[in-house]
Order: sequence, then C-alpha cells, then structure tokens
Amino acid sequence: MFAIIGTVPDEKFPLTCGSISLSGTNLIVDGQSGDRRKVDINRGTPALLATAFKVCEYFGAPPPVAYLIGDIGTGAGSRKLYAHLEKDLPDARFSGLTFHYIQPDVDWHNRVLFAVNDMAERPLMIADAGFMYAAKMSGQAETYDLFTPDIGELAFLADDTAPHPFYTRGFIFHEENRVPELIARAYQHGNAARYLMVKGEIDRLADAGGVLKSIKEPSVPALEAIGGTGDILTGLVAALAGIGKDIPSACISAAVISRLAGELAAPDPGTQVMDIIQKIPESLKAFYARHHLPFE
Amino acid sequence: MGFFSLFKKKNAELATSVADRGILVFENTSEVIRAETLLKKGPWRIRVMGPPPEIRTGCDLVIEFPLIEWLEILRLLEAEKISPLEVVPVSGPLLDPVSIFFTKDFGRFLMVRAANMKITVEKETRTVVNISGGGCPDVPYLAAEMIGKSLDEAPAPRTIGHTLCGYALQLAYEEITKQCLP
Repeated sequence: MFAIIGTVPDEKFPLTCGSISLSGTNLIVDGQSGDRRKVDINRGTPALLATAFKVCEYFGAPPPVAYLIGDIGTGAGSRKLYAHLEKDLPDARFSGLTFHYIQPDVDWHNRVLFAVNDMAERPLMIADAGFMYAAKMSGQAETYDLFTPDIGELAFLADDTAPHPFYTRGFIFHEENRVPELIARAYQHGNAARYLMVKGEIDRLADAGGVLKSIKEPSVPALEAIGGTGDILTGLVAALAGIGKDIPSACISAAVISRLAGELAAPDPGTQVMDIIQKIPESLKAFYARHHLPFE
Repeated sequence: MGFFSLFKKKNAELATSVADRGILVFENTSEVIRAETLLKKGPWRIRVMGPPPEIRTGCDLVIEFPLIEWLEILRLLEAEKISPLEVVPVSGPLLDPVSIFFTKDFGRFLMVRAANMKITVEKETRTVVNISGGGCPDVPYLAAEMIGKSLDEAPAPRTIGHTLCGYALQLAYEEITKQCLP
C-alpha cells in the first residue's frame, strides 16, 4: 500500500486521511474517523490522486491512501499536515510515499524525514512540487528515490544557491537543449534524488550517470500549457511504482502513458486536466496492448 | 538505526536550517520595530538580527522571516504602510528574483513562463485558460480563481497569492498582460 500526501485549494478542507474513490469529476476521501470528503479533481494533489486511482483500478490493485488538507498558500494547512505526519508515520506501513503540493518548510520537512526514518520498513520516497523544494533546500535530496521536476524546477535544483525557483540565477538556462547539463549540475551539487524524471517537451529519466532514457512520442505540444499534466505523470509513476514496478520502468511507462492520454484528449492549450485524466484508462489499455503484459 | 544518511547529522543542526529564510531590510529602526510587532501577531517564526555583510543599505537591524511566504507578508506590511527597502534570501543576499521570461506562441493561445510558473491566455478574448507549474499550495488556488476570466477581470496574483510561486506567477501575468494589450 502506498500513500500520496498533499493539499487542496480550499481553506475549509480539514485534515483527512484514508482511502480514495472517484465520483464523476470528484475525488472522495473516506477518512479514518468515518468522515467522507469530496473535492474537485481538476486542481493540485487531487489530480495526482485521481490518476493513481485509475492506474490501481486498471490493475485491480488497492488504491492509494490519501493524506490531504486544505491550504491556499498561507501554509497553515501544510503545517498541520506536517505535524500529523510527524506523529503518524513512525507507526505506518507504506511501500511508498509521494509528497506533493505542500508549503516548503525546511524544519518541518526534516521532522517528517525523521518520522519516516522511524518506520519499520523504508518506503520508496517520491517528491514533487513544494515538498521537492523543501527537500532540496534541506540538503537531503539524495535521501529520495525520485524527484519529478519540470525544466524551471530542474534549473532550481541545478542552482546550488537558489532557495526557490523564483531565485534561480539567470546564467542557469531553462532551455530544453540544456537539460542534460542541468541534470549533471543538480547531481554535482547533491541536489537530486536517486532518479530524476524531468517533465517537458522531451521527458527524460536520469540518474547520477546522466540521461538514461528520453521519451518524446507521442508529441502533444499543447500539454505544456495545461496545468496538472505534471501531476498526471507523477501520479502514474507513484501508482506504477506502488504496484511493484521498479522506478526506471515506472517512469518510462508513465511518460508514454501520459502522452497517450494527452493525445487521446486531442487538447488545445485551453483544455483542462480533467479531460486528460478521463483518458487514462484508455491510454493504459493502449500502452499495455502494445507492450504485452502489464508486469512484463 | 535509520535508513538515511541524513541521520548521521545532529538533530539540532537540521532544525536550525536557514535555507528557506529571507531578510527584510528597512530604512530605520522604528520601521523594524513596527514590522516586528505586526509580524509577531502572525503564525510566522521571525527574528530581528544584524544584517549580513553583503547588505549595504538600510539600518543596523533586519528581520529574518519565512521567504516562501513573501507575498503574504509584504501585503500585510503594505497595508500598514511599511515598505522594506529590500527583500533577500538568507542563503544568498545578492540573489535577484527571476527576470527572464519564456514566451511560446500556440497560434490562438499565448503562454508565458517566469521561473517555474506558466500562464496561458486565449489571445482574442484575453481569457486566462491555464496556469501550470509551481509547487506552493497557492498555485491550484490561483488557478481556480483566475482561469476562465479575462486578464482585466482576473485577480492579480499579488492580491490573492501568498508565496514565491504566487510572486513568480505575478511576473508572468504582468508580462503576458503587456504582450496581450487590448
């Protein structure tokens, strides 16, 4: 069983931890204390969770456990979530943890990492979005198994000084053809996880030795503009790794499946991410029909 | 015994990280005191300290604060007419905010990226159709508030955002507004 941890853009959404299901365009979280919460899939961590749910559903695997709380950027919800994780994780048993939209806070990040360290078995550790920023700032990036940055975030990882992508220095070019250079620089400064899945026009899987695989087909240029497409990719990786695939094959499969879902949605830059998430079952079917057995 | 090399370090060493902290520089001490009084009422961990050697403006005291939440803190100070001379990261007082923009023309749509934030508008109607990138929790919130509205109607990110991602989106928003003049 794996868990996905993040926030929803609604200040009133209380801390809710439990199993998830989908109902139309909503994500349902059944909290451990019997509370049932509903949230729109179209934004933030719910998009990642909905994607992971669809993968688990396809494979007949148990869905991920969600740790969610409302936060619109004040950090208040994130701090409650951090505190809950610090208390809850040492006794929890998860094969993987994926951290997502959480207000970056180095001290809290470190406290959560200490809590993970107290777990009976080491989970696979994936970080994206704000939690990845905190992981880099803490100097503990190498503790993680996977980061999933886009190019702007990769430039931030490559900049040993920047405390946030907003401060990435100008000489660190955020250009597609400079990605291998940025990857090398991120590893050189100890600011990358064991693997990096760099999301972009070309998706690149890398480790400390450099780019392992580039995925550029099918090419759907409009996806770059659509908010949440990165969450789809991270959700696919989290779920595929959660059901037992190793990280490289989970990343490579996820990149192709997300591109197929994008292609099936025939998007323009105004398309919303929910329209692409709806195509995930079809894209999984197409991908595994082409690649034979799901667990090959 | 833990799993991670992290735990070779002492807890105290990790707990005192300043990597996510910023510095507010003010013209005089009375402004520092006013700002400190105001910010201490909020949920933030702040402290008054001497400025690092790289800072050559302002008075002999600065306020250290959580840099990520810059936008919200600045809005609070502005409401009380307190204006810092400078806001800089502790980890690199000479660092400047991003100033390079990347523009992509999709024909009917235009996308602008500043740092990690992208905004896309439909050119003819000047409607915000997508916001992507970013990692702070105000990004999905800003997207929910801005998408579907014209650049004139949508709230500017600096008025409802809270974080540095919100600030990066503000820069992208200003740039795309400039490029899509009515």
